[in-house]
Amino acid sequence: MADANVTSPRAGSLPAPGPAVTKAGSGDVARAMRRRGDQSRFWWLIPAFYIAFLILPIYWLVNMSFKTNQEILGTLSLWPRDPTIHNYMVIFTDPSWYKGYINSIIYVVLNTVISIAVALPAAYAFSRYRFLGDKHLFFWLLTNRMAPPAVFALPFFQLYSAFGLIDTHIAVALAHCLFNVPLAVWILEGFMSGVPKEIDETAYIDGYSFPRFFTKIFMPLIASGIGVAAFFCFMFSWVELLIARTLTTTNAKPISAIMTRTVSASGLDWGVLAAAGVLTIIPGALVIWFVRNYIARGFALGRV
Amino acid sequence: MDKTWNNKAWFMVLPVLLLVAFSAVIPLMTVVNYSVQDTFGNNQFFWAGTEWFEEMLHSDRFWQAMARSLIFSFVILAIEIPLGIVIALNMPRSGWGVPVCLVLMALPLLIPWNVVGTIWQVFGRVDIGLLGYVMNALGVDYNYVNDPLDAWVTVIVMDVWHWTSLVVLLCYAGLVSIPDAYYQAAKIDGASRWSIFRHIQLPKIRRVLLIAVLLRFMDSFMIYTEPFVVTGGGPGNSTTFLSIDLVKMAVGQFDLGPAAAMSIIYFLIILLFSWVFYTVMTNSGSER
Repeated sequence: MADANVTSPRAGSLPAPGPAVTKAGSGDVARAMRRRGDQSRFWWLIPAFYIAFLILPIYWLVNMSFKTNQEILGTLSLWPRDPTIHNYMVIFTDPSWYKGYINSIIYVVLNTVISIAVALPAAYAFSRYRFLGDKHLFFWLLTNRMAPPAVFALPFFQLYSAFGLIDTHIAVALAHCLFNVPLAVWILEGFMSGVPKEIDETAYIDGYSFPRFFTKIFMPLIASGIGVAAFFCFMFSWVELLIARTLTTTNAKPISAIMTRTVSASGLDWGVLAAAGVLTIIPGALVIWFVRNYIARGFALGRV
Repeated sequence: MDKTWNNKAWFMVLPVLLLVAFSAVIPLMTVVNYSVQDTFGNNQFFWAGTEWFEEMLHSDRFWQAMARSLIFSFVILAIEIPLGIVIALNMPRSGWGVPVCLVLMALPLLIPWNVVGTIWQVFGRVDIGLLGYVMNALGVDYNYVNDPLDAWVTVIVMDVWHWTSLVVLLCYAGLVSIPDAYYQAAKIDGASRWSIFRHIQLPKIRRVLLIAVLLRFMDSFMIYTEPFVVTGGGPGNSTTFLSIDLVKMAVGQFDLGPAAAMSIIYFLIILLFSWVFYTVMTNSGSER
């Protein structure tokens, strides 16, 4: 099944969104295989240890966020002796804090919408047509995904200053397009190449115009691809700090930048810092829960 | 799939082209512009030719940062790739464990990078962090603020914590896509666990593994935020990687010329790897 769409070189031979049947099927035998080995009964120890290793530092942050500063600095306790939500209250009552969250969410959503909107037609063009310089263009797009943000920080500042866009949400959203648009094109192209071309042709014969075909028939077919692409755009825009910090001063400052500023200014309000950190983890955790069934498939395309 | 030759497809690509050109080409031209000019302030620029490039290529500071970045990337790869494979091999394949594992493992990937830094900065501290405290309680002299080796260990463990999941998820996706028939055949042949891995699983995940290696190499080569938050490049210059040095030079000292020259060298290295990456990807796709 994986080799069905090999012919497009870019689409590659990776398993396209394939039938779910094999997944369940190989599970049984893979388990049976595991049982045969000597270590087989304890196979779950490895992922369990790994997850524990992942969760421990996060737990420590959550733990800290419910402590008072005295407790944090005074004793080392594995759970808050005197749980307090004071740290969270500080954030939710101070506009300079909670606005950071709103700013982050605004530019992340803007960026995701822009990226997907421009990437859809482009990915369609790449997956269905050959045109002058298509491979060069695709490679050039890819290089932007690999571009070190450190190189772009200063020129971005000057560019957006020239346009008077500094400290606006749209500036950050546009700047993040640098790496998210190529990524979205890449992911979507993979999903689109998995859709047989006959579907396009049949629709045209049935008298569909291109826009109607694209929105009514094609987009529902690659809905999971759009979801995966949107997820990765969201993710990379949400976690990026260097560019977002460079392009904003006060009105559009992301929460993660506000965090660093507060640490350096007021010194050691560890509790509030931890609470702010915990709150930045939540949106990601929510989003990942919604796309959990598609994550493996998105990664399977290797388009990240 | 046969693709038709149609130059009108350019119109569909145009929005992407314009958008990315706006945020990539113009800034890049600015960098090129700076790299060949010198200034004495007041926005007066002089042609400097390749002076900055020569200065960069002869400076110890540049090569030391480069060496640190390279060592860091290779250590990261040596740890994360085998670890990722082992974990992916032992992930549950069906049942309630799958979504739980996927969500929990993907969690570090979705934490803003400076928060990752903050988490480890706190976690590793000797006075208030669990890791630092436990290490010292066990009699290990651990303090990432003063000791370069400890700083390195902290940064590496942090990166393993942060990005191994990417390798795991990629390998896992490759593993679940192996058709059942392969395992049945192996069972009939009485293949050992190792030979199943060596002759079925490894060749089948070769491609995703390649992607994982290249992505991890490139991303770790341009790592900035996390080590910057944890160590700030210190103690001394011991964790000043290439990108940290670059930002220090461009934004901190405003040495635009050298910084721009460095950016270009840096970008060319990344470009070279992207090209290798792209070539290998497209070739391995058409081989089969």
